[in-house]
This record gives sequence, structure tokens and C-alpha cells, in this order.
Amino acid sequence: MSFVDEVTSARKSRRLRWRDMSNLKKYEAKWGYIFISIWIVGFLAFYLIPMVASFGFSVLDFQLAKPDDIQFVGLENWRRMLFEDDLVWLSMRVTFVFALITLPIGLIVALGLAILLNSEFLVGRDLFRTLFYMPSMVPLIAALFIWSGVLNSQSGWLNRLIEFTTGYPAVGLNGLRWLDDPSLIYIAYTYIGIWGVGNAIIINLAGLQSVPTDLYEAARVDGANWFRRLWSITIPMVTPVIFYNLVLGLVGLLQYFIVPYILNGGNGYPENTTRFYMIHFFTNAFGYADMGYGAALAWLMFIVGMLLTLALFASARYWVYYEAESS
Amino acid sequence: MTTTLLSEQSAETLERVAANTARRKQREWLVKFGVTSLAVLLLSLWVMPLFYGVVTSLKTKEQIADPKASILPAAAITVEFEGKEYDVYSVPFEDGTVRELALYKKGRQASTFIDPNNLSAEPIEWEGIWRQLDQARVVSPTWSNYSEAWTTVKFGQMLWNTFFYATVGMIGAVSSAAIVAYGFSRFEFPFKNLLFIILISTIILPPQVTSVPTYAFWVWLDMVPSWWPLIIPMFFSNAYNVFFLRQFFLTIPREMEEAAKIDGAGPFRTFWSIILPQSGPAIVAISLFHFFFAWNDFFGPLIYLTGARDQVPITVGLTFFNGIYASQPQLIQAASIMTLVIPLLIFFFAQRYFVQGIVITGNK
Repeated sequence: MSFVDEVTSARKSRRLRWRDMSNLKKYEAKWGYIFISIWIVGFLAFYLIPMVASFGFSVLDFQLAKPDDIQFVGLENWRRMLFEDDLVWLSMRVTFVFALITLPIGLIVALGLAILLNSEFLVGRDLFRTLFYMPSMVPLIAALFIWSGVLNSQSGWLNRLIEFTTGYPAVGLNGLRWLDDPSLIYIAYTYIGIWGVGNAIIINLAGLQSVPTDLYEAARVDGANWFRRLWSITIPMVTPVIFYNLVLGLVGLLQYFIVPYILNGGNGYPENTTRFYMIHFFTNAFGYADMGYGAALAWLMFIVGMLLTLALFASARYWVYYEAESS
Repeated sequence: MTTTLLSEQSAETLERVAANTARRKQREWLVKFGVTSLAVLLLSLWVMPLFYGVVTSLKTKEQIADPKASILPAAAITVEFEGKEYDVYSVPFEDGTVRELALYKKGRQASTFIDPNNLSAEPIEWEGIWRQLDQARVVSPTWSNYSEAWTTVKFGQMLWNTFFYATVGMIGAVSSAAIVAYGFSRFEFPFKNLLFIILISTIILPPQVTSVPTYAFWVWLDMVPSWWPLIIPMFFSNAYNVFFLRQFFLTIPREMEEAAKIDGAGPFRTFWSIILPQSGPAIVAISLFHFFFAWNDFFGPLIYLTGARDQVPITVGLTFFNGIYASQPQLIQAASIMTLVIPLLIFFFAQRYFVQGIVITGNK
């Protein structure tokens, strides 16, 4: 079970009460707490208390450069964030527009490649699997410097390849400027993102292998062709995997930061198309060291992320297939 | 279907079956060829950036900038004659042969060439426009880009920083996660499910959300810039690792633990001498995950270490490098390749653990 399924199933189990427990059970429970105490301390110190403190910060005027001049300003930071700072909404829109482009493409590519790599007709399957996974092992920063070279409009190989295969004059200053052209930038980012779908491919592969083969045999007897079998058996059976990848993808995109920070300087260039929410947050919280406003921005991100995740989980029962619901 | 046909035993159907199988075999070969070629095509697009990185890291700056230069790092061939350098060109002749000759005397309509293999021979007159000729090149990788990239930014120091951070963090993250995972997998206690759901939901919580007060706290403790803010939290376990190890512990049969308990072993002893020795592959997988996470980590080191140039890991160091040598793409590519070599090597050797690990957490 993936941790995503775990959340839905964990609720159903029975409850233990301290006063109903025998001494032996209490002894066991005590040891259970001892073992997990490390996490509880860590959770309090690095999650719960910072979350609460973060809310506390958001009602302060707290510049890190002036630690002696902290003032209580009420909801001023929140007002500024929600009604004055246009870049908040702009960066949120940028994040969602990019998510709407890149998430579906990423999911389709990961599933498509998994189907290809699972095909009985593919010669040298293990080698192909390794090689397709390989780029996911390249440290992101190194990958980005390589990509910035590949996407270079004059010396990059992508433009040379396009010009060589299609004849379109892609090379040069008037050619395809992947990282400078607002209408191309998300395509470039998506291509880079697709490079790292190795984990999603492997999870999809495992999902494909767990589909019972008798379903395919039955469909074949009924005369279903390849596309029909894909659409009516494979895809419904791997919806839990798609769901898992979707949750992880969404969480990752809310934190999307390194790519625009490295490739476009973290200042929104070109024309604010790369001013993702995390970039805006980073600029305020750590660039300007404005702890109060930064904390408010972090909280807004938490709320939006929470709502989206809940919506996604709520939608799961309409389209995600779970066998043996009773267990 | 074939079995029912065979049971009829008539010679005619047997023949038809044979023909059918041959045709099916043929079709299968065709499909195999098609599918594999598709995979090869996609793969070449997939790994193209890596090839670009390797090839570019071996070029000179001029070879990268020249749009007519070949894909591979090739240098123009020159010949020394009478104390001067002459460029070698591929020169076509009327009889269809192409010879590699050094351009000796340039002319508008005709030029004089010399044979680089036989410099003392008579110069060769050639009719035609020399500017339209292709320069002869030979593959010559500029290996010195690597040593230059290594020394200019104290690459060894950064590599050591990353290695140190990854290793210490790995020890903390794996040992703490194993202890917590044992608690969640073997003991019943009130609020266990609630606590477990809270644990798992922290996977989805972006770490940046808590970063502002945490950062202010470390600044207040006067620990910025330093490694402490990055390493200390590792020792308090993290949700992903705990979940992973718990899944694995749940698959270990309980008989041996029961026996150990009867023999009087306490929970810690049971954990240490029964559970851990059986968890080798899972521990290896989770250690690798952490190692790669740390090798990649950027946001943490960026905010906690930017002020300390000598302490930055390779990820943040590469951005400094990029800032200084923006006009030297060959050095940037060389540094990037050096950064990815170690993770890639580890991956190739430990692939099996790795893939198993991803499947355990991702699949039902």
C-alpha cells in the first residue's frame, strides 16, 4: 500500500482506551510511546511549534535585520498579502497554469513509458529500464546546468536537432529562445521535468505488473483490441498509481523553486512567467529577510496546499479504483 | 484454439496451423522490431542532454560557440611548415578524389596547397574558391577543462562537504526512522492511528512552510551559517523513511520476536538483535534514498550556508560557479558532469535495492 492509501484505510481500525487496558497492554503501549518519542519530539520541534510560531510571526512586523524592533501589527501582513500585493496572485496563477500544463503531460509520459517498458515485445527490457531511469539520478542542479546548455538558442543541441530534422530555422538569436520567450518557457520546463519521471515510471511499472492477467485473456477472447484493453483494463487498474503520482506531483509543484531560481535567476524573467509562488516567498522571506510577511506567505501556501490535497483525496472515490474495499 | 484444431487430426488443418504459426511468428518479429525501434528513438531523445553535457565539457570555448563546428569536440588540423602554421582543408579534385591538404597560398580563384604528409614535395595548384572548402578536423577532447573546473572553485572541498552532510544525515535519518518505525509496526497504544496519520500528512506538508520561524530560531541561536540546522533535524526521523521501514517491518514474521520475548529480551534488545539483522535490504534502500536526497538538497543549504563559502555543498557551490564562469560553458558542463558521476555510479551498482525501495513505498 502506498502512504496515500494508508491515510484512507487507517481511520477504519478500532480504538484503544488507556483505562480499559490490562497491565500487559499498558506495558506494551509504554514501549510503543518510547520508540516513537523521537518522532514526537521532532514533530513538535520542527513541525507543530514552527507552524504555530509561523502564524505568530505573521501578525508581527519582524525584519531579521532589526531584531530589536519587532512590532505587533495585527492582520496588516495578511491584508497586504491578500489585497495589495499583486504578485501573490500572479505567482499563484503562474504556479497553477504551469501545473495544469505539466502535470497531465508528466502523468501521460510516465504511464506511456511504463507501458512501453513493460511490453513483452521490447527487446532488452532491463537495459531500457535502467537507461530511462538514469536521468532521475542526476542531481537536479547539475541537470539544470546541462539543460541550460542544451536549450541555448545558438549552441544548444535541441535547436540544432529541430533545425536538422524539420528545417525550421531554430538556431540563432531569432530562433527558438526556450528560456527567454514567455510562450516557450513552460514547454522547456516541462521537458526538463519529464526527464525526472523515473520514479513515476517505476511505480507505474509495478502497477502494470500487478494487473491480473486473466482480465486481459478474457478481453482478448471477447475480441477487444490493444486500445480497448488499454482503456478499459489497464488504465482503470492503475488509477491508484496515477492518483499517487498526482498527489506527489502536486506537492512537488507547490514547492517548485530550484528550476526557475537556477535557469531564470529567480526574478520572474521573462515577463514574470517564472515568478512561481515559492520564488515570491523566498524573495520576501529570505531575500528581504522580512520574517513577518514571509510567514504570512508560508501560511497562505499551507492553506491552499491543504485545500487542494483534500479536494484531490475527496475526488479519489469517483475515479480511483480500489479492489477489495472490504479488507 | 490451436488445441481444438489439432484434436481434429486432419492433415489439412495441421498444414493450416503451421502456416498460421509462421505468419504469427513473422508478425511478432515485426511488432518486436517496431516497439524496440520506438524505444531506441525515445531513449536517444531522453539521454541527449547527458551526451551534450559530456561532449561540451570536452570542447574549447570556441568550439562551442562556432555554429559550424562538428558535434564532437574536434579541433582544426594545422601543419607547421617553414616556421608557420597552415590550416588543413578537405580539397576535392576533378577526378572525384578528396585530399586533405594544407592551404599554403590563398588566392581568389586558385590557391596553392601543400601535402601535409610530404611537405618537401611540389606545392599543388588548385582551381576554386578556398573559402568554400571545409576545414579538416580531428577529434581532440580538451580534458584540461576538468582539472581547471576542479581547481578554480575548490571542487574537492565542496565534494567533501556534500559527502559529509550526506553521510552524517544518513546515519541520523536511518537510525531514528528505524526506531520510530519499530514503534509503529509492533506496538498497540492509544491514538496510534491518529499519530500515524499526522506522521504521514507531514510528507505532504512542504518544508518551506515551517522554514521562516525555524530559520529565525537558528539565527537567534547564532548557528547561521553552519551545518547544525541541516543535520540536527535529521536525527528526529522523517515521515517518508518511517513509513518505508514500517512497511518492511510489517512483513517480518513475529515468531522470532515472540521467542526472544519469552527468553527475556527487552524491546530494545529484540529490535537490535532480531529486527535489524533481518532488515538489511530495506536499510540499504532507505540509506541510499537519503544519500541521494542529501546530495540533491538545495533549499536548506541555500538559506543556511550561503554566507559560508567554504562550507557549501556541491549544489549551492555550482550556482556560485555558474555566476563566476557564465561565459565558460565548457567549465560549467565539466563541473556538472563531475557532480553527477558519483550518484550515477552508486545507482548502477545498487540499482536492485533502489528499484525495490521505490516499489515498496509507491505500490499497494
